Amino acid sequence: MDRHAFLEKNGLILTVAILITVAIGGLVEIAPLFYLESTIEEVDGVRPYSPLELAGRNVYVREGCYTCHSQQIRPLRDEVERYGHYSLAAESMYDHPFQWGSKRSGPDLARVGGKYSDEWHVQHMEDPRSLVPESIMPPYAFLGKRDLDFSQVEAWLKANRTVGVPYTDEMIENAESDLRAQVDPFSENYDAFIARYPKAQIRDFDGNARQITEMDALIAYMQILGTMVDFETYQAEENYR
Amino acid sequence: MSQKLSHTNGAGGDVMAIAVLLGVGALFALFVAARAVDPLMGAHAMVFLAAFALGGFALVTHVSSPSRGDDGGYELGVVKAGVFASMFWGIAGFLVGVIIASQLAFPELFYFEGAPWTNFGRLRPLHTSAVIFAFGGNVLIATSFYVVQRTSRARLAGGLAPWFVFWGYNLFIVIAATGYLMGVTQSKEYAEPEWYADLWLTIVWVVYLLVFLGTLWKRKEPHIYVANWFYLSFIVTIAMLHIVNNLSVPVALTGSKSYSLFAGVQDALTQWWYGHNAVGFFLTTGFLAIMYYFIPKRAERPVFSYRLSIVHFWSLIFIYIWAGPHHLHYTALPEWAQTLGMTFSIMLWMPSWGGMINGLMTLSGAWDKLRTDPVLRMMVVSVAFYGMSTFEGPLMSIRAVNALSHYTDWTIGHVHSGALGWVGYISFGALYCLVPWLWKRKSLYSNALVEWHFWISTIGIVLYITSMWVSGIMQGLMWRAYNEFGFLQFSFVETVEAMHPYYIIRATGGTLFLVGALIMAYNLWRTARGDVRTAERQLSPAPAAIPAE
Repeated sequence: MDRHAFLEKNGLILTVAILITVAIGGLVEIAPLFYLESTIEEVDGVRPYSPLELAGRNVYVREGCYTCHSQQIRPLRDEVERYGHYSLAAESMYDHPFQWGSKRSGPDLARVGGKYSDEWHVQHMEDPRSLVPESIMPPYAFLGKRDLDFSQVEAWLKANRTVGVPYTDEMIENAESDLRAQVDPFSENYDAFIARYPKAQIRDFDGNARQITEMDALIAYMQILGTMVDFETYQAEENYR
Repeated sequence: MSQKLSHTNGAGGDVMAIAVLLGVGALFALFVAARAVDPLMGAHAMVFLAAFALGGFALVTHVSSPSRGDDGGYELGVVKAGVFASMFWGIAGFLVGVIIASQLAFPELFYFEGAPWTNFGRLRPLHTSAVIFAFGGNVLIATSFYVVQRTSRARLAGGLAPWFVFWGYNLFIVIAATGYLMGVTQSKEYAEPEWYADLWLTIVWVVYLLVFLGTLWKRKEPHIYVANWFYLSFIVTIAMLHIVNNLSVPVALTGSKSYSLFAGVQDALTQWWYGHNAVGFFLTTGFLAIMYYFIPKRAERPVFSYRLSIVHFWSLIFIYIWAGPHHLHYTALPEWAQTLGMTFSIMLWMPSWGGMINGLMTLSGAWDKLRTDPVLRMMVVSVAFYGMSTFEGPLMSIRAVNALSHYTDWTIGHVHSGALGWVGYISFGALYCLVPWLWKRKSLYSNALVEWHFWISTIGIVLYITSMWVSGIMQGLMWRAYNEFGFLQFSFVETVEAMHPYYIIRATGGTLFLVGALIMAYNLWRTARGDVRTAERQLSPAPAAIPAE
C-alpha cells in the first residue's frame, strides 16, 4: 500500500510502469512467431500473387469482403468436409494483410478457387439471389462495369517486396504486361508469365474481352485461393507443431 | 469552484505550435492534393486542407478576440464540445448499426444499385468505428478531460492543446468514415483507416497524452486518483497498440493504399493482439475510469475498496494484453500461442469481476437510490452487464467452446452485451451526470425520460443478445450436424436461411436502442437549455448532482 503511494504520486513513473506491464504479453506471444521456424510449415507451391490476382485482392479488401467471409479452415471434421484441407500458415505467408476474417455470414473462401466456374462467379456477383435464392449477399454488378485501375501496379509489387514478398526485378518490370497477359490466352507473354507465376489461370474471367474490369481481377484472385499448395504431396506429420 | 486557477490567454506557445502544425499540414495537404495518384487520396487531401484552413481561421479568431470566460478556472468548453460530439456520433453509429442489421435481414430492401458505398462490406467498418472510436472515443476524451481536472484540482494543461486534441480526433473520425464509404481500408478490423489517417491520429494521441500528463503534473492533490490510472493506461496502451498494428508501407506518398508490414500468421496475431486490447484498453479500462469517478460521485459514497482498486488495476492491465490469441483458436496460429491466449483469457475473469465488485459495492448504503435515480441505475446495470460479458468472454475463449462459437453470431451477441450494456450505459450515465454539471443546471430536464430511455434500450439489448445467442449457437450446431448416413446435414445457405427471424429480432432490438438514444439526446438538449419538464418541476427535489470540491 505504502509503496503503491509512490506510483500514485509520480505520474511519469506510473506511465512507465504501465507501459512495461502492458508490453510483456505481446512480446512473449508475438515476437517468437517471427523467429521460430515451426511457425510456418514447409510447403511447395506458395508463390506471390500475380499482378492481376493482387489487383483482385485489392478489390476484395476495398469492398470489405472479410467482414462476412473468412479465409481460414479449421482442422475440424465438418469444416474439412465442407471446405477442404485445413488452412496452413504457409498459405497466407504473402498476405499483407491477412484475410482470415472473424465471421461467416457467408461461407469460408480459403479454398474457393476452382470450386465454381467463372460464369457462376460473374452471375453470382451480379445477382447473388439468382443462383442462391436464400443468399443475403449484396450484388456487386458494378465491378463488371468498372475498368480496373492498374496504373500503380508496379508500385503495388514494389511495396509488397519492401514488406517481404519475394517479387523479383523481372516480375516488377513486367508487372503491367503480366497483368494484361493473364486475361489474354493469345498473348505473346503467355510462357514468360506462367513461368513467373506457376498455376496462374489465364483467360478472360468476366466474359467481356474488350475491357479489363475489376470483376476480372476479383475472379482471378478468387480462382487461385487455396489452390497453390499441392496436398497430394504435403506431409502434414512433418509439420506438427 | 471558487478558487481561480492560473492559465494564460492570448498567443502563448500553444498557439504558435498549433499554428505551425496547421501551416505545415496545410502545405502538405496541398501538395498531396495536387499530386494524388488516386482520386480517393485527392479527396482526403482536400478534407485535410479544408480542416486545416478552418483550424487556422478559428485560431486567428481566438487570438484576436478578448479572452473568453474561463468557467471558474477549469477548461470545461472542450468537455461540452465532447458531450455534443459523443451524442452526435453515438446516434450516427447506432443508426448505421440498425441499417446493416436490416441489410442482413432484408438484403433486397437495403440495396441501392450503383451505390457501392451502401453495401454491408463498407458500412460495417463505418458502424464499428463510429460506435467504438467516434462515440466511445469522444466520451473518453470528454470525461477524461473533466475527471483529470476535478481530481487534480488543476486546469487542463497546454492552453489550446485540449481543443487541438478534440478537433484533431474528430478530423480523424471524419477521414476514417469517409474513407470506408469510398473504399479506403486496410481491412484490419477496428484498425481499418489507412496509413495517413493513422499518422494523423498518432500526432493527436501524443498531444492527448501530454495534455493528460501535464494536467497531472500541475495537480494540487498529492495522490493521482484511481480513475486517472485507468485513463492513463488507456491512453498509453492504445498508443502502443495503434502504432504496432498499423505498421505498413504506403504504395506511394501521394496514394491512399498501403500494404501491412506483417503477413499471414504474424499479421493475424498482431491484429488480434490489437483487436482484443482495443476491447481491453479502449472499451474496458477507459470506461472503468468513468465507473471509478461517476458512480462514487453519483452515489455519494467512496469507492468500495482502495486495496481492490490497486489489485484490480495492475492485474487487469497485465493479463488483458495476453488474451488476443483466443480470436485465433484452431487456426494456423501455433498451438502454444492459442493455449497461452486461452489461459490468460480465463484468468482475466478474476480481475474483471474484482472491478465489477468494486463498482457495485460502492453502492453499499446507497442502494435505495436505484429506486429514485434512474441515472445511477443505468450505471449500475452497466456494471452488471460488464460482469456478465466478462464471464461470457472467458467461457468463449475456451478452445472447445470456441470451436462452436467462432465465426458465428454468438460473438456478435457477446460484443454487443459489452458494447450496448456496459460501454453504452456507463457512457449514458456519465453524460446524464455531466450535462447538468457543465451547464450548471439543478437537474435534468426530465427523469421520466431517463426512465423511458432506460427501459426501451434495456428491452432492445435483451432482444439483441438473446437473438444472437440463439442464432449463433444454432448456426454453430447446424454447421457441424451430420445426418444418419454420415454426411453433413445442412448446406451453408440453409444455415443462413435459418438465421432470418433472429436477424429481424436483432434489428428490432437495435432500433429500440437507437430510439432510447434519441430520447436521451432530446433530454440532454433541453437540460442544457435550462428547461425542466413542467410535470416534474415540483416533484423533483433536485437531486444533489453538484459535485463537491
